[in-house]
Amino acid sequence: MSSEKKVDCSRRNLVFATAAVGGVATVATAVPFVASMLPSERAKAAGAPVEADISGLAPGEMMRIEWRGKPVWIIHRTKEMLESLGKIADKISDAQSKRPMQPEYAKNEARSIKPEYLIVVGICTHLGCSPTDKFKTGAESGIDENWPGGFLCPCHGSFFDLAGRVYKNMPAPDNLEVPPHYYMSDTRILIGEDKKA
Amino acid sequence: MRAAMLKKYAIALLFAPLVALAAGTSIKLDAAPDRATNKAALQNGAKLFVNYCLNCHGASFVRYNRLTEIGLTEQQIKDNLLFTADKIGEPMGISMSRKDSKEFFGAWPPDLSLIARARASGDGSGADWLYTYLRGFYKDEKRPTGWNNVAFESVGMPHVLWELQGEQVMGDDHKLKLAKPGKLAPKEYDDAVGDLVAFMVWMAEPQAEFRKNLGIAVLLFLGIFFFIAYALKRAFWKDIH
Amino acid sequence: MASSNLEKHKSDGSLMGNVLEWVDARFPATSLWKEHLSEYYAPKNFNFWYFFGSLALLVLVMQIVTGIFLVMHYKPDASLNAAGVPVAFASVEYIMRDVPWGWLIRYMHSTGASAFFVVVYLHMFRAMLYGSYRKPRELLWIFGVLIYLCLMAEAFAGYLLPWGQMSFWGAQVILSLFSAIPLIGNDLATWIRGDYVIADATLNRMFAFHVIAIPLALLGLVAAHILALHEVGSNNPDGIEIKKNKDPKTGIPLDGIPFHPYYTVKDIVGVVVFLMVFSAIVFFAPEMGGYFLEYNNYIPADPLVTPPHIAPVWYFTPFYSILRANTVNFFWIDAKLWGVIFMGLGVMILFFLPWLDRSPAKSIRYRGPIYKWALGIFIVAFFILGYLGMLAPTPGRTIVAQICTILYFLFFLLMPWYSRIDKCKPEPERVTQ
Repeated sequence: MSSEKKVDCSRRNLVFATAAVGGVATVATAVPFVASMLPSERAKAAGAPVEADISGLAPGEMMRIEWRGKPVWIIHRTKEMLESLGKIADKISDAQSKRPMQPEYAKNEARSIKPEYLIVVGICTHLGCSPTDKFKTGAESGIDENWPGGFLCPCHGSFFDLAGRVYKNMPAPDNLEVPPHYYMSDTRILIGEDKKA
Repeated sequence: MRAAMLKKYAIALLFAPLVALAAGTSIKLDAAPDRATNKAALQNGAKLFVNYCLNCHGASFVRYNRLTEIGLTEQQIKDNLLFTADKIGEPMGISMSRKDSKEFFGAWPPDLSLIARARASGDGSGADWLYTYLRGFYKDEKRPTGWNNVAFESVGMPHVLWELQGEQVMGDDHKLKLAKPGKLAPKEYDDAVGDLVAFMVWMAEPQAEFRKNLGIAVLLFLGIFFFIAYALKRAFWKDIH
Repeated sequence: MASSNLEKHKSDGSLMGNVLEWVDARFPATSLWKEHLSEYYAPKNFNFWYFFGSLALLVLVMQIVTGIFLVMHYKPDASLNAAGVPVAFASVEYIMRDVPWGWLIRYMHSTGASAFFVVVYLHMFRAMLYGSYRKPRELLWIFGVLIYLCLMAEAFAGYLLPWGQMSFWGAQVILSLFSAIPLIGNDLATWIRGDYVIADATLNRMFAFHVIAIPLALLGLVAAHILALHEVGSNNPDGIEIKKNKDPKTGIPLDGIPFHPYYTVKDIVGVVVFLMVFSAIVFFAPEMGGYFLEYNNYIPADPLVTPPHIAPVWYFTPFYSILRANTVNFFWIDAKLWGVIFMGLGVMILFFLPWLDRSPAKSIRYRGPIYKWALGIFIVAFFILGYLGMLAPTPGRTIVAQICTILYFLFFLLMPWYSRIDKCKPEPERVTQ
C-alpha cells in the first residue's frame, strides 16, 4: 500500500510540473496576442509630435497647427494681453490652473513656458467645438466694453481668456488643454512631447 | 501494415520515371551573398536604394524609422536618407501616383517592399534573382530603353546603375561581356549590388533574424515540455495493460 | 432530469463543492464532464493514428483565435490606396510590419491552414485503415466529410483575402468552373462573384464566408461529429467493438479506459510534438518553399497581368489534377464540364464509403491482401495527382494524371466487389496492442 502512495506522489508532482510549464506556455503565447492590440507603428506615426516654426509669428497673431488630428493654437501674446490676465482673475473659474489640464511647466498664470507664447489645444472642454478667436478688446469686440480679449465658443457660448482659462459659470468645465511641448530652439517648438531630461 | 507500406513504395518507384519530367523554362541564377546580419552592408544597401531606386519605385510598406534596426540613428536617417517624406515615421513612398507613373514610364514601376520574396522561384531565392537581375543588364538597340536583361526578358526598366557598372553586351556565345567600364571595378560593383540586394531582402521581412532567434527559444522550451509531458503520460499509463 | 441532477451531485462541504452543486442544479456541468470525459470509455489500444482528431480540434481553435486577432487589422477592400497598392494587400503588410507581433499571428494562421489539412488527411486515413466509417459510425463519417467540404470552402475563401496575384487568379480559375455548368453557368458565376469579374464585391463576400458563415458551420459540424462519436463509442486499431465485452457488474467495456485522465494526458504529448513541428515551420520556414505562402502572392492582385503559372494551394492539387485530366469531349458534354463533374465526384464519393465497403473485418489488420494493395495504390495515386497538380500540364503528365484518376475512382467503385472476395483473418475477441 505504501508503494501506491509513492506512485501517487510522483504522479501528482508531474501533474503540477506539466500544469506549471503549460501555464508558462499559455502566458507566453498570450503576450503577442495582447500586445498586438497596442497602438501600431502606423498609429504611433500618426500621433507623432509635430514641429512648429514660430519665427514668422508677429505679436498679437495666432497660428494653427494639427497634432493627433486636433487643432493646436500658438498665440504670440503682447504685453497688454499678458497684463490683462492678472486683472480678471476673479472672473475665472480655475485661475490657478489647479485642475490637470496642463503639464507642470505650464502651471503658472500665463500657462506657458515662455510668457510670450501660449500653446493650447483649440477644442472647447464642453462638447468639443473649436472656439473662435476674439482678440479685439472693449466695445469693438461686440462682447462688452470690458472684454480684454480671448476666445468664444460658438456652440454653447463658453468664454476663455488669453491663457485659455474658462470664465466662471460657463458650459465648459475646464481650461483649454495645454499639450506637452518644448522649445527645440527660439523659433522651433516640438508639440506632443515633453523635453527629455 | 508494413507489407502494405512496402507495396506503396514499390508502386511509387514504378511511376517515378513517368513523373520525373522536365520543368518549364528556367534561368540560371547567380547566388546572392548572405549579408542578413551585416549591418554595415545593410546600411550601404539602404543608401544605394534611397539614391537610385526610390526615384521611381516606392517601398510603401517600409517606414523610415525602421532603419534604426539596421544600426542607424534617427538623426542619421533624417540627414542622409529622408528624401520622400517629412516625418521619420512615414513610409518610403514616392509622390507620383500610380496612374501618372504608368503614363510617364509606360508601366508602373512596382513597389519594392516585397520584391525579394515575390521573385523567389524554383530557380533560386528572390535575392538570387535580384542579384542576377541588377548585374545582368546589357545593351540592346532593339529595346526602347536601349537595355535588355538576362533575368527579365524585354524589361521596361533602364539600367539605372549603368554609371557604376559600365556597359555590358551580349556576346555570340550567349555570355555577357563588359564593353565599357564604369566607375566601379566589376568586383566592386558586384559587392555594391550584394549590399543593395541584402537591403531589399531585409526590407521584405525586417524581423526575419528576430523570428529565427525566437524560434530557437520556443523549440528549446517545447523540448523541455515534451519530456515532462511524456513522463506524466507514462506515470498514468503504468496502470494500463 | 433537473431533480436527479440535484440529487446526483451533492457537495462535499467545501466552497468549490458548494459552487459546483449550485451550478449542477441549473446546468449539466458534472454530467457533461462525466459523459464525455471522465466516464467516456475509449478503447485502450489507440495508437499514433489516433492523435489527429484532438490535433484537428486544436488547429481549429488556433485558427479561430489567430483569425480574430487578424480581423482586428485586416481590411477587405480591393481599391487602391495612395501608394497604388490594393488596401487589402496593404493591410496584410500592415499586420506583418506595423502591428506589434502581427507577423507571428499571420504566420501562425497561414501555417495553421496547411497544418489543418495535413492533420485532417491523416485523420481520414486512420478511418480508412481501421474502418472507422463502418456501421454504426456511418453518420460520424458523413459529418466528417461535411467538415472536410467546409474546410475546403473555408480555405478557398481565406486564400482570396490577401488579394495577391495567386489569390486573384486562383479564384478566377476556380470560380470560372461554375460557368461550365450548362444553361445557368454564366449567371451562376456572376451571382457568386457579385460582379462580372473577380472584384471588390467578391472579396468582401468571401470575407463574410471566411470569418462568420463557414466557421459557424464548422463549429456546429464538429460538435455533431463528437456527439455522434460519443453516442456509439470510438473504434480502435483492431476494428472490434469493445462494447461487446462489458464487465458484468459495472457495465464498463473490459477494454475501455476513461478518456480522462488517460487520453487527455496522452493527447498533451501529441499536442507538444505537434507544436514542435508547427513552431519549426512558423519560425524557420513559414513559406515552406512556396507551398504554404506562394511567392506570387507577394505581388498585389492585378486583373491585367496573368501570372505565367497558376497553381492552387497544395491541399487542393489532387482534385485540380482530376479536373485537368479530363481532356476528352464525351457525348454532348465538353471536357471542361466533365472535369468539373469528376472533380466534384472525387470528393462526393467519400460520402458513400461506409456502404461500398463489404468486408466482414473492419481493420486492415484482419483484412486480406487485396485491400492492402488497393489502399496502397489509392494513396500513391492520390500523392501523384497532388504532385502533378502543382505543375504545368504536359501531354505526358496528363496521361499519368488520367491513369491516377481512374485508379482513384476504381478504389471506390470496385470496393463492393473486392472487399467481399478478399480473404480476411479472424478478428480477435479482445483488443491487442
